Amino acid sequence: MHVDGPHGPLVRDVTVAVPDVGVTAVIGPSGAGKSTLLRTCNRLEAPTAGTVHYRGDDVAGLDPLRLRRRVGMVFQQPTPFPGTVLENLQVAEPGLGEDEALAALARARLDAGFLHRPAFELSGGEAQRVCLARTLVTGPDVLLMDEPTSSLDPHQRGALEQLARDLAGDGIPVVWVTHDLPQMRRIADTVVVMIDGRVAHAGAACDVDTGAPAEVARFLGGEATGAGRDE
Amino acid sequence: MSDIGWSGLAISLLLVGVAIIISVARKLGLEWSIAWASGRALVQLLLVGVALDLLLEPGRPLAWSFLWVAGMIVFAAFTVHRRAREIPNLLPLALAAFASSAIVTLGVLFGLDVFGLDARTLIPLAGLMIGNSMTATVVVARRVYEELRDKRAEVEARLALGQPAPDAARPYVRSALRTALIPQIETTKAVGLVFLPGAMTGLILAGVEPIDAVQVQAAVMYLVLGSVATTTSVVALGVQRRLFTRDHRLVRMPRPAS
Repeated sequence: MHVDGPHGPLVRDVTVAVPDVGVTAVIGPSGAGKSTLLRTCNRLEAPTAGTVHYRGDDVAGLDPLRLRRRVGMVFQQPTPFPGTVLENLQVAEPGLGEDEALAALARARLDAGFLHRPAFELSGGEAQRVCLARTLVTGPDVLLMDEPTSSLDPHQRGALEQLARDLAGDGIPVVWVTHDLPQMRRIADTVVVMIDGRVAHAGAACDVDTGAPAEVARFLGGEATGAGRDE
Repeated sequence: MSDIGWSGLAISLLLVGVAIIISVARKLGLEWSIAWASGRALVQLLLVGVALDLLLEPGRPLAWSFLWVAGMIVFAAFTVHRRAREIPNLLPLALAAFASSAIVTLGVLFGLDVFGLDARTLIPLAGLMIGNSMTATVVVARRVYEELRDKRAEVEARLALGQPAPDAARPYVRSALRTALIPQIETTKAVGLVFLPGAMTGLILAGVEPIDAVQVQAAVMYLVLGSVATTTSVVALGVQRRLFTRDHRLVRMPRPAS
């Protein structure tokens, strides 16, 4: 699969399989094409050449609106909509009742007190968890998370990482984009390393230090000097 | 009936002289601009006057007047396109908007016999309708574009929840339409209290009874309000459609270099 951007290729002739279980971390330096790769999975981005398959089906042949409800997404910055938290959840599912909304909040570790709060008044971490709850309302089979902790403090970051691990444990596989190497080590079962638009390595997280080629080892080596951490 | 004649027109040029003297005295550097604008306006109006004289000649087929209206629509569409170049394919959209607005608003005024259909009514009413809709049309086209570009994250979050493109764009298109329509509504509210509008002033100066002038002015105001609403709606929906792909993706929109 290949994706061209306005100023050149964003993803270059990538072939990769993402397992239907656990947490897969897509990691690489800024501008490596991680987010673009992720966005092709729910067709917010379309490949210039090649295909993306979801559970055996070419996503180009699927109804994009139904696909996006099956393949949920949480973005880098929290994106609350105007209105209360309940109204935010009702954007995902018009007519959603309070009981169902509370259940979705509970899955995102938010208590009932949030339901009627204005979404714009929440902290970054709370807003991001509301966005996760809003995505869970659509009943996704899979979750895409595009650097979801980049604007959060370490405490909130840890909470969201644990949530992703729990959701994966409950049978909702997570594909998590990050450029934070320690975070990758904390959450990932599988690792896809992207460098300069290509997949430089893909495999089990436990093998990443031994089985990866030299350029990946150099990228991972930046960990010791602090490179690759969240800004 | 007031007929100021060429001598009256020449005397009124004294007021342009006043503006030029102020510019010189206050060192505004606008003397040439004022002279050029005043001269250009006079030449344009004289040309239009000559053309209208020809069109209004008794026995002249009405088709020429419709052709004139078509020309105004094309000119207005080009103006809108030129003032909002960043929006792809705006020209055909603006043409469609002005044409549909002309059909709706002039259709009501002439179809229901509010005004009798002849060159003397068709051309000025079409001119008022198109001229007053141009600014709002540019505003709505740019606002829809900027809203969807600047709120890209929110729009994509809505798309990612499975919303179709028109639903995902709706809050932003609504906001753009409100921005474009509110000034026209405010103007309509203030009319008569703050200023006497052009058509009414012209009619009173030409010797028409004020109450008759008011009736014409009110009809003209409603024409303008209706045409602004129609053109902005057509352009807003058209721009929105151009900014999404058929598979409900938001297209890339470059930011202007700052």
